[in-house]
Formats: sequence, structure tokens, C-alpha cells
Amino acid sequence: MSCCAPGAEFYLLQAKAREDEILLASPPVHDGLRQTDLSVPDIHCGGCLQQIEAALHKLDGVTSARANLSTRRVSILWCGDAPPPFIPVLESIGYRAHLHDIASSRKDPALSQLLLALAVAAFASSNIMLLSVSVWSGAEPATRDLFHWISALIALPTLAYSGRVFFISAWRSLRRGRTNMDVPISVGVLLTFALSLYETIHHGPYAYFDAAVSLLFFLLIGRTLDHVMRERARQAVDGLARLSPRGALVLQPDGSRTYLPVDEIEPGMTVLLAAGERVPVDARVIKGTSELDHSLVSGESAPRPASEGAELQAGVLNLTAPLTIVATAAAKQSFLAEMTRMMEAAETGRSGYRRIADRAAQLYAPLVHSLALLTFAAWMIVGGDAHFAMTAAIAVLIITCPCALGLAVPMVHVVAARRLFENGIMIKDGSALERLGNVDTVIFDKTGTLTSGHAQLAVKGSAEADALGIAATMATHSRHPYSQALAECGLGRPQMSFDTISEYPGSGIEARRDNDVYRLGRPGWAIANRFASEAERDAAVALSVNGRSVAHFGLDDQLRAGAAEAVRQLKKSGAFVEVLSGDSDARVQKIARQLDLTWTAGARPADKIRRIEAFKQAGNKVLMVGDGLNDAPALRAADVSMAPASASDIGRTAADLVFLREDLKAIPQSITIARATAALVRQNFVLAVAYNVVAIPLAVSGEVSPLLAAIAMSLSSVTVVVNALRLGSPDQGTARSAAVQEKSLLLLEASK
Amino acid sequence: MIDFFFLVPIAIGLGLAGLASFMWTLKNGQYDDLEGAAERILFQSSDQPGR
Repeated sequence: MSCCAPGAEFYLLQAKAREDEILLASPPVHDGLRQTDLSVPDIHCGGCLQQIEAALHKLDGVTSARANLSTRRVSILWCGDAPPPFIPVLESIGYRAHLHDIASSRKDPALSQLLLALAVAAFASSNIMLLSVSVWSGAEPATRDLFHWISALIALPTLAYSGRVFFISAWRSLRRGRTNMDVPISVGVLLTFALSLYETIHHGPYAYFDAAVSLLFFLLIGRTLDHVMRERARQAVDGLARLSPRGALVLQPDGSRTYLPVDEIEPGMTVLLAAGERVPVDARVIKGTSELDHSLVSGESAPRPASEGAELQAGVLNLTAPLTIVATAAAKQSFLAEMTRMMEAAETGRSGYRRIADRAAQLYAPLVHSLALLTFAAWMIVGGDAHFAMTAAIAVLIITCPCALGLAVPMVHVVAARRLFENGIMIKDGSALERLGNVDTVIFDKTGTLTSGHAQLAVKGSAEADALGIAATMATHSRHPYSQALAECGLGRPQMSFDTISEYPGSGIEARRDNDVYRLGRPGWAIANRFASEAERDAAVALSVNGRSVAHFGLDDQLRAGAAEAVRQLKKSGAFVEVLSGDSDARVQKIARQLDLTWTAGARPADKIRRIEAFKQAGNKVLMVGDGLNDAPALRAADVSMAPASASDIGRTAADLVFLREDLKAIPQSITIARATAALVRQNFVLAVAYNVVAIPLAVSGEVSPLLAAIAMSLSSVTVVVNALRLGSPDQGTARSAAVQEKSLLLLEASK
Repeated sequence: MIDFFFLVPIAIGLGLAGLASFMWTLKNGQYDDLEGAAERILFQSSDQPGR
């Protein structure tokens, strides 16, 4: 096997495989058209939309291209056998793009259903309210009855359609012998409707159709906002580049090559793995030598060499040279699947958490219902008039119907999610926000979390003056992660010109100028001198001139931006912080020392879970911050978890929060916001209860008219919403974090 | 009293028309990209609006 030819061959194949991958992700829609969805994170204005659409429309075969600014996505319809070159075209006009799974970008049916229910409730409540105002302003008995009947006609289908959301959930929880907030809501709405219908039939003066329907309307607003918030986070996380492979190039027994989806790869199949690709399923190397990056799988930051016979876990990144591997397990039995199973097992420990609204409902529902019963009993004993006693009892239910309680939590959560969103933090659901507010222990993974995920190289020992410039120039000719790191180091340095430059996959880059041969790469390959020092031989990359070493570079774990500041803020807020990593002891120790933290090294996924369980046993609330495949079970086992955007797909799915920016300060920031949120939620509960304390005596005494009920309900809802909005203003709850931010900015400027 | 037989159905009919048009716009995907729609009016585009 010559050292150059297979590389070139593989690069061609790699380009082909990419096309196959697009084809795999583009389902046919109709008339032979296929739809491809691309995620384009750099879209930020209307100009971008125009530019992208115009560029894509010019391609042959593209029938329509539509860019979406809200979701930063482009949807393309095209025809033909091979996909037009979307991604290169977008890259040529300056937009990074990656494939987006159509399945995950499909419209969310639950949201449409909620919006429709909301629209129906809005229509019904406005129309009934219109009729009610005429009744309240003193209509004749005949007109009043007519209007009550019309109201009933509008209210009945509305309850059936929009009320379903609550009835179904209430029924589900009742069947399991529990109560949630939807139980008192459903009981209240249904009894109110029944009473009003009875009154209407018997020509009574009061009917509460408006109360029943506008209650649904207000509550649906809260429900919809809650859903939109989660949906937005999900979409933002889905839009991130996918790291696990979609498929792999399989070498068939007859010598042909086909691109197969990961699910269809079976043990025994031969897979051609190009440099820069991830191992699709657990496999064994049968040909080739390369270096592999295990950082997402085991947390080790230094690449490990692999040659014939080496066993590889799914998810490992092939760095330097093409490999031929044979699958040893199907995707279902791979390392990834094992992690998924551990995650599910860890998940069971968490289902014990009950949301604050449900806990409130548990107290609230029996209290309100027994109060209504007592009212009924008391009036029966005193007056003996069943009709009046019934009216008073139902008035209690209407007045206490948890309109304010139903809005109290979701409104604050929506405002908090927005604040987090502005800081580049996505939160998946409201309960995570509640759990985050209680955190007192923070556990960090090292590789990719405390340290930045990509390779950082630094000069080790002494280097000759212009060596870095030479290395950087040579490095720009390769896509190897080490080369890219070196090229970045040398930005702005004087460039050198060479006569020829060629890359030898698995070894390095060779350049010639005049009679000199420069080699940048594996020390054993670059340095011919047998007397090279130990340090030079162990270096990650060496630069040599005519076989004589002039510089060598070592892998350096660089702390992520803001790591020190984040840890300091966390400690100051009273949290216990620890490092829990799968990497070697020496590397973990170095990072932990820098940050002055305790550490555990060499932890396997099961060890991580055990460590977290130990903390939880001791009564601590644990936040796990991690990124790798090996962290996913631990992310699930912790009370609440965060992952950076660069995390493995499974890590991002497992985490409750994902932060998109590089800066680790997102962690103390989100804890601060979560604590402010918890405080506001408590305030809202106090407000709702205070309002009930005032209104209940009126209801018990049977003095509540429909007008009074409507005013009370709107007032309490508006109060709660306005109180929730205070989280958005910088002077509430966030003043502390703003001050800290300002201080760190000042420090930054001072250090310049 | 006879006025009600015209006015009430007209009022409710108008409300229903509004509801129906909202449902249509929702199904038609007009709320898929609210930010994009706000920006697009600033550009003169040659193609038809919509999908």
C-alpha cells in the first residue's frame, strides 16, 4: 500500500458519501420532488434570507428554497437523482450549513391543537362577554333569557373543544388516584356550566357562562405559552450540528461501495472510515493506522493511536488516516445503546420530583372542594333552600377556580425562559427551572466542558525563532484538527512560501523549499535524528528541517472562557463544586488545581452515576454539567443537568439545559435566574391566595354576582401576569447578576 | 325584539368568520416565521409571497 494514493481515493469517496448522506436525509414529498432541510445558524437578518434564497434558486434542480429567520433554517425542494450542491454554495457566500433532520423539524401537532383550542376559547369568551354586558346593564327578562340561551349554545361546543385539554389531563391523574391543577379546574368549569344551564332553563337572573369560558381562555394562554417555550428550546437544540453519524460507507463482498444508514449496519460488515468521520457502530480495525479522538466517548483529551486489531467504540472520531473497520455489533448493541439503557435506568430516580404547581394543587383541591361542600351544608342547615345553597357552593368554586394559580407558574417560567434565551441558554421545560433553583452541588465533567472541546497546541520546550510561522503556514494545508489548531496559533505571523506541499495521511505534512525538506507531524515520522530527546518523542506534533527537530508541540487543555469566573461565582453562592472526569488523573488534577476544586479521575459512566447518587443520598441537590456520551447517564441521574452546544447528540438530549455560547458563566447566570424565578413564583402564589382570602367570604355568603366574578377573575390574572413580567426588568432579581457582569467587564478592561 | 334576529346572528357570524380565517392562516403556515416576515417587507422580491 503506497502512502499517498489511498488518501486521495478516500477524499473523493468522502465527498460522495456526503451526497449520499443528503439523499438519506431528504424524503421525497410529491411529483418526484425531494425536500432537504438545512440548519444555517448564521442567518440573522432579512438580507441573509434574500441572499440565501437567490443563491439556491440559481442551482439546477432546485424548484423552491425558503429560508426561515426564526428557526434559522432553509427548506429546499429539488428534483433529480443527485442533490444539488447546497452546502458548498452556501459556504461560498459565507454561511455555514448542516443537514437538519426533517423528522425533528415537522410541525408540532400539540402546539397547533393548543392554538386552535385557544382561538375557539377567545372567540367564545369575547362573544359571550358581549352578550353578558347587555344582561348586566339591565336587560328585560325575555331578552336576558334569549341571551342566556345563545351564550349556552356558544359555551357548550367551546367546553367540548377547548376544555378537552384540561378534562383529559384531569381524568388521567384521577384515574391514577392523584390530583393535579386540572382537577379543580375541570370540576369548577363543568359545575359552573351545569348551574348556569339550570338557571337558564328556570329563567333565573344569573348565569355564569362568561366565567366558565373566559376561565378556559386565560388558562389556555398559560398552557400555550408554556408549550411555546419548550418548543423553542427544542428547536434551537435540534438546530445544532449533529455529531453522531447518519450512516457509513460499507464495502460489499462484491467490491461495490454503498452508503448505508447506521441502523442497517450489521456485525461483520466492512466499513470504510475516512479521516474526520466518527465510528458508526462498535468495530474492530482490520486495515490502516490512525489516531482517534475519544474525548466525546470517554472524556480523554489526548488522541490514542489505533492499528490493526484495535477495538473501537461507536462515536469515536477518526483523526488522521482512513481506516477499514469491521462492525462487531449492530447499532442497537453499540456503546451508544448501552448509554441509552443506563440513562433510562437513571431516569427512574428522577420521576419522584413533583412540580410546584402540582404540589399546590394537592393542597388546594381538597381545601376548596371541602369549603364548597361546607358552604352547601351550612346554607342547608340555616335556610333549607337547596337552590340557594347550591348557588353559593358553586360560587365558591367559581371564585376560587385557580385562574391565577394556573397562570402564576407558567407566566414566570415563560419570562425566565426568555431571559435565559437572551443569554444563549435553552431550557427544555419549566420543572427544570424549579429544580435548578434548589441546586447546592455542581459537578463538572472536564473534557469539552471545563476545557474547550477542540485541540489546543502549545510550544513545549524551546523553539527556534520563526518555527511557529513555518509550522502555521504548513498547517493551513491540512484539515487535521491539530493542523487547524496550529494554523490558528500562527495567525498574523509572517508566512513562508514553499515549492511543494503534500500531506501524508497518518503521518503529517511535508514541504520542500530549495533543497530543504520540512516535515510537520508525528515525531517518529518527522524527526530522523536518533538522538532526539524524550520530550520531543512524546510530543503530539513535531516540526523538523531535514530530519532535525526545530520545534515540538504538546496538547494543552485550555480552560473554557469564563471557567474560573463561573466557578468563583458558584462557590460564592454557597454551592459545592467538583470535577468528575473519565480522563487520566494527571490531566484532571492539573485542571482541578487551576480552579481549586476537588476531583475524581478515571470515572466510568457507572462510577459517575454512583458519585452523583452518593451526593443525592446525603440530601444534596446536584447539577451535572457534561458533554460526552459517557456523561449522558450521569446527566440523567443528577437532579438537573446542563450541556454545552458542542456536546454529543445524546448528551444534549439528556441535559435539561443547553448553553449555546462558549462562556461557562452561563451556569451561575442560569442558577441566578432560576432562584429569582422561584422567588417570583412564591410571590404569585401568595398573591393568588390573598385574593382568595378576600373573595371567599363574599362567595360563601352568596353575594357573588356574575359581574363580580368576572371582575375578580380578570383582576387576579392581570396581577399575577404583571408580577411575572417583573423578572424581565433588570432591577428585579437579576440586579445581582447584572452587577457581576459589569464588574467582570471592568476587570477585563483593566486587564487589557 | 325583532332586531335581535338580525343583529345577533350577524355579530356571531362575523366572529366565526374571524375564527375561521385565523384557523386558515395557522394551517397555511403563516406564523412559521414571524421574524422573517417582518424583515421580508423591506425587500422587493420577484417571486410570489407564500410558501
